[in-house]
Amino acid sequence: MALQSLDIKQRSATTTPSTQVRQTVEIAKLIDVSACIGCKACQVACSEWNDIRDEVGNCHGVYDNPMDLSAKSWTVMRYTEVEQNNKLEWLIRKDGCMHCADPGCLKACPAPGAIIQYSNGIVDFHQENCIGCGYCVTGCPFNVPRISKEDSKAYKCSLCSDRVAVNQAPACAKACPTGAIQFGSKEDMKDYAAKRVTDLKERGYDQAGLYDPQGVGGTHVMYVLHHADKPDLYAGLPANPSISPLVSLWKGVAKPLATLALAGVALGSLFHYVTKGPNEVSKEIEDEIEKEDAK
Amino acid sequence: MVAKVCGTPKEAFLKVCEYIAETAAPNKTMTNLYALGWTEHSVGSQNIRSMAIIQLLLGNMGMAGGGINALRGHANVQGITDFALYAQNLPGYLAVPSDAEPDLKTFLEKKTPKMLRPGQMNFGQNLPKWYVSLHKAWWGNAATKENGFAYDFMPKLAGASDVLSIFDQMYQGKVHGFLCQGFNPLASVANKKKVSDALSKLKYMVVMDPLATDTSEFWKPHGEFNDVDPSKIPTEVFRLPTTLFAETSGSFTNSGRVIQWRWKAANGPGEAKDDTEIMATLFLKLKDMYAKDGGAYSEPIQKLTWAYRIPTKPSPEELMMEYNGKALADVLDPKDPTKVLVKAGDQLPSFAMLRDDGSTTCGNWIYCGVWSQAGNNSARRDNSDPSGLGQTLNWGFAWPVNRRILYNRASADPSGKPWDPQRTVLKWLGDKWGGNDVPDMRPDAAPEQNVMPFIMTGEGVGRLFAVGLMAEGPFPEHYEPFESPLDNNPMHPKNPKARANPAARVYKGDMEAFGTAKDFPYVGTTYRLTEHFHYWTKQSKINAIMQPEQFVEIGEELAREKGITAGDKVKVRSNRGFIKGVAVVTKRIKALDVDGKKVHTIGIPIHYGFKGATKPGFITNTLTPFVGDANTQTPEYKAFLVNIEKA
Repeated sequence: MALQSLDIKQRSATTTPSTQVRQTVEIAKLIDVSACIGCKACQVACSEWNDIRDEVGNCHGVYDNPMDLSAKSWTVMRYTEVEQNNKLEWLIRKDGCMHCADPGCLKACPAPGAIIQYSNGIVDFHQENCIGCGYCVTGCPFNVPRISKEDSKAYKCSLCSDRVAVNQAPACAKACPTGAIQFGSKEDMKDYAAKRVTDLKERGYDQAGLYDPQGVGGTHVMYVLHHADKPDLYAGLPANPSISPLVSLWKGVAKPLATLALAGVALGSLFHYVTKGPNEVSKEIEDEIEKEDAK
Repeated sequence: MVAKVCGTPKEAFLKVCEYIAETAAPNKTMTNLYALGWTEHSVGSQNIRSMAIIQLLLGNMGMAGGGINALRGHANVQGITDFALYAQNLPGYLAVPSDAEPDLKTFLEKKTPKMLRPGQMNFGQNLPKWYVSLHKAWWGNAATKENGFAYDFMPKLAGASDVLSIFDQMYQGKVHGFLCQGFNPLASVANKKKVSDALSKLKYMVVMDPLATDTSEFWKPHGEFNDVDPSKIPTEVFRLPTTLFAETSGSFTNSGRVIQWRWKAANGPGEAKDDTEIMATLFLKLKDMYAKDGGAYSEPIQKLTWAYRIPTKPSPEELMMEYNGKALADVLDPKDPTKVLVKAGDQLPSFAMLRDDGSTTCGNWIYCGVWSQAGNNSARRDNSDPSGLGQTLNWGFAWPVNRRILYNRASADPSGKPWDPQRTVLKWLGDKWGGNDVPDMRPDAAPEQNVMPFIMTGEGVGRLFAVGLMAEGPFPEHYEPFESPLDNNPMHPKNPKARANPAARVYKGDMEAFGTAKDFPYVGTTYRLTEHFHYWTKQSKINAIMQPEQFVEIGEELAREKGITAGDKVKVRSNRGFIKGVAVVTKRIKALDVDGKKVHTIGIPIHYGFKGATKPGFITNTLTPFVGDANTQTPEYKAFLVNIEKA
């Protein structure tokens, strides 16, 4: 999101080698769905820390609100009522960026330095470099990034990279009243999850488990699920997420073609300039711009 | 019978009973935490008393992790209650004198509890010390032995003064002016129509609040949400903006009775003033007017102690010191009068030092010790917990005398050994009581003296059978809510007088406003959402984003019967009015089988109104009945009758 002191592992559309000297710890946020009460304190904390305020919407007949992720809602609770083993369960999943080890958004991004992966695992958007093309949306296997209507830039959870850089837990983890959001090294989080899974199994959730999908190289936001065999129960959490083949196509075969196409456009423009002269701005448009400036 | 009355499946109920009964073992303890789900019934006090009896029988009182505990809905509900939120009490839950007690002697004789068994503590026998010290705090030198410590200055209680009774008196036109401080009664009191009509009969209302509340605009039309005609409302309304809790220092007292000092974080906006400044300014103005113009019996106002550094701004520190109290003369040891326990002018260390001869002051006896000579003990912040039981005795200050677990003598057996040595709260050390808490027992009372743990009763034991203390009988009894889907009380099907609580108070006109199951076949119940706090946070943008619009919840079966789908606009009616909201259809609310009848419930979150950042909505208490618990008069918000249709 902003200037930071974290080491960078990779940057979108950049071939400059990354730093190698410092040793950093891989971090993770663990969301224990079985301990979540759906209070939305994490949503509130996210809005407050990141200075984002979504619209005051309407009730759509469910507890979810705002209804979906947006440029101003980087995390939302998704509530599902299911009957499992003849018992009603209210599954509440905190949705947001998973911070994939192999981030589809970064891979798809054509704007140099708009998407960053830090050596600690956080995938961050640097909006000042974002061109608003929306390729990250296509590239994301979890349908997370959203393009702002105000500035045409992509936004999503930064895992509070600014807080993490100064040894603070993300705002959501800090605000959670039940300890359902834990934060620490990925290793510690896996250990913690293992204890939770054992506990859940003892309580009759035979299929309890950790969600850390390997199709994207594992994630730096993980879930403890009571029904790890059916992630789809949790508002459509994908069972085997992977990066869209379109992204590989773009990065592989299509990229040189696209470069060629861009070169073609440039050549065309030159031809246009030579034959027709510079584009002229009409008087009306100039007046319009002046009026805007006067505001 | 339980399954028949409340619709809980028999097996589930028995399972819960088993879990509870298991805690009779000495090394197993159960706590009971209750909130409005238990209190907001016409039998609320009996609900809690029933569990208190169970906890006594199981031996769960006085134990670490035991007891019966009110979960307060706000950071300082305990504190405001300690300081006479209910006008039937003085600070520290002291009785208020009435016209039946014409002088101090009569009052104290009547209210001081008698010892019912020899050798017990009967701690309430100290009432004269607490009461006289309160008068000394309030009226100082004007309170003398000769004038009964200014007993005549204390206003005498004239009948009920709870919220429902005050609004009923207002409704009858018997109240002229209303100071509404930090309170939004139009939204939070039962039967909005009656409250609105009552407010319309005032000459004036002063609203002291950080927010522009619904109450402060009860006279203003807000479409169908507040359908009133201002030309017919003569009430003059004044709004005095106050600071919020974060904009002033002071203390919070939590559910565990721990008093915690907190520090001002920001200045209030605009012309907002602290509540104390507004009250002080108003008081000084009144005092001035009495001095200039005279008036009936102005002495109690003229002689009220007001020794604050800035008279218009009593500081939170000065107030806390006043509540704690100080010695006006040397406090001597009754066993050895040559020994001075507290020097004249010093802050008192505990209410054991209070005297009934006028030599001590104390604004609230249970807070005595919070600001001793050692300073502000509520500001202590040492969270060390050497016992591992959560006994952080050096964090803040718990009333009484920093004791964290009430009746903790009951955590040890009659011989003084802890019932559960792994979780020792108290034990007899041979010559005194010790352990991990401040003993709730005379420190040198050896076990063989048989001083019983329940020191506030005259007999020293808990009361399973309580005569003359509840408005109802000595044992709890089941009654149906005033509005019930059942015609009779299943426990007394042939006694129509035992259908609803016979001890509850119903005012003229309110009985007629009750509906019947014929017209209103469904049970309505109101509650809160995690995203909002009462009627405040609808004024806050972020909370409004999280839960922006009024909704009502119904089960899938009822939704099918009524042709309602999630997201539809619905209208919920009771015999007192209607509200509209968005339907949330849920598996979480199921039809209950009650006394052979299928009963559907409609859940109604309370938080919405016509003022705020949320979408304008109706006030939920338009629906609720104007009847309360027979003892506390807490309204019956949790069970009433409604009907529902697509709007």
